[in-house]
Amino acid sequence: MKEILELLEKDARLTAEQIATMTGVPASEVKKAITKAERDRTILKYKTVINWEKFGQEQVWALIEVRVQPQRDVGFDAIAERIYRFPEARSVYLVSGAYDLAVLVTARTMQEIASFVAQKLAPLESVLGTVTHFLLKRYKEDGEILDGEEKARRLPLTL
Amino acid sequence: MQNIRSPISQRVMKISPSGIRRFFDLVSSMEDVVSLGVGEPDFVTPWHISEAGIYAIEKGYTAYISNYGLLELRQELSRHLKSRYSLDYDPNSELMITVGVSEALDLALRAILDPGDEVLAPEPSYVSYMPCTILTGANFIPVPTTVENEFKVQAAEIEKRVSGRTKAILLGYPNNPTGAVMDRAGLEQIAELARRHDLIVISDEIYDRLVYGVEHTCFASLPGMKERTIYLGGFSKAYAMTGWRVGYAAAPAEFIEAMLKIHQYTMLCAPVMGQMAALEALREGEDAVKEMVMEYDRRRRAIVKGLNEIGLPCFEPKGAFYTFPSIESYGLSSDEFVERLIVEQRVLAVPGSTFGECGEGYLRCCYATSLSDIEEALERMRRFVSSL
Repeated sequence: MKEILELLEKDARLTAEQIATMTGVPASEVKKAITKAERDRTILKYKTVINWEKFGQEQVWALIEVRVQPQRDVGFDAIAERIYRFPEARSVYLVSGAYDLAVLVTARTMQEIASFVAQKLAPLESVLGTVTHFLLKRYKEDGEILDGEEKARRLPLTL
Repeated sequence: MQNIRSPISQRVMKISPSGIRRFFDLVSSMEDVVSLGVGEPDFVTPWHISEAGIYAIEKGYTAYISNYGLLELRQELSRHLKSRYSLDYDPNSELMITVGVSEALDLALRAILDPGDEVLAPEPSYVSYMPCTILTGANFIPVPTTVENEFKVQAAEIEKRVSGRTKAILLGYPNNPTGAVMDRAGLEQIAELARRHDLIVISDEIYDRLVYGVEHTCFASLPGMKERTIYLGGFSKAYAMTGWRVGYAAAPAEFIEAMLKIHQYTMLCAPVMGQMAALEALREGEDAVKEMVMEYDRRRRAIVKGLNEIGLPCFEPKGAFYTFPSIESYGLSSDEFVERLIVEQRVLAVPGSTFGECGEGYLRCCYATSLSDIEEALERMRRFVSSL
């Protein structure tokens, strides 16, 4: 099971047959394992990593540090949920250190992000403060290097 | 040149240039070729290893070093061989670092052979074995292996060819080009005959880490074999470090001393920055090796299944990163088959005959390439064989 998940994490388009060939596990069992993982949300989603800059579409990213007041009984979870429900929030993490929640936000313009912070995020009751860092350049995304690919430069024929 | 009487040495004239040159020329003018013709990993060197090489250069490791190679690397290597194969090699006298295993092989042959001596080596085998033997003035005696034995060399076949001039057996397992792996019992029989006929064994184990579902047996670790074995290894295949050119030889001091004599006059030392990178590889590279081996294994299953399905029967190779499918039923020589496969479908493989006469009727297909390339190559090869 672990190997099937690892393979899919690297390449979501692998078919059950391909995985079966590569692992030596029968295709029917691979299919069953994948279905089970999809049902119990071990597999959340199959996505594509896209370099939007290359496509010509500008995209603004920001990492927002959020300091919050935890609440009795629910701790950070309730306020985290208030935040992660916003579709603008791509990723939300609880972190240790100088602030509490790290929120990764994307939008088409800086203005959109600014208004998200000013209108939606900062006014939330338990939010004590925010610091917004706009991303200047993305170098690596989900393990993929955006500019150029890491490939061995080999001759086509060697012995 | 016309005025110079016989300008090229007889020995050099005796070896023929590699027959694959023309395929190389053929594909270099083509686009969209899928190559199964490489003999090296498609992974780049793991970054922490490359970074150690860069750091070495930054720190000024840019000069000559000991002919033996970096002492720390020999010490680490000695520990590595101890823990992996329970072998005891003294880092001060029984280990030397070479420019790839290729140099180590050349040194080993030159150190032990005199003109007229004979070297027995299984075929199909790596392309350097015969020419490097001939360049010493010794004779290369091939010992054919067959698919019926999964290309494992049979001790009886070796013994049949032993003569008064036989000096050494040259083994290369896991094998390039077949992917064959010797089992312990088979090696023990060879050890027994090496003892009986007092032969030296040169064991090229560059692919030792690339085995799938079986154990690699190190020849020198067999009882009584360390004293008559020149063990050759390197970093190229396991750590994806082919371009760094770092290999090594481990053998009793007498052999290493002789090899070192040649090495110090011809090569001085292997590049120090490469040796620093190799040291990092030995110390911290184990996870990367395991990950790459797992990936090769997946591709191996895919290509073996695919080749068998499209009518290119191949036995299941247990080592290296090669498959050796048979093309016998198509009535073409392996050279013709490869040439037409390139021209008609733009897939590059290596003719089996490149690796010795008994490789005729086979292809070497390397699976150290992405799965999508393997699938594309298989589809094109299917189209090709169904057109024959």
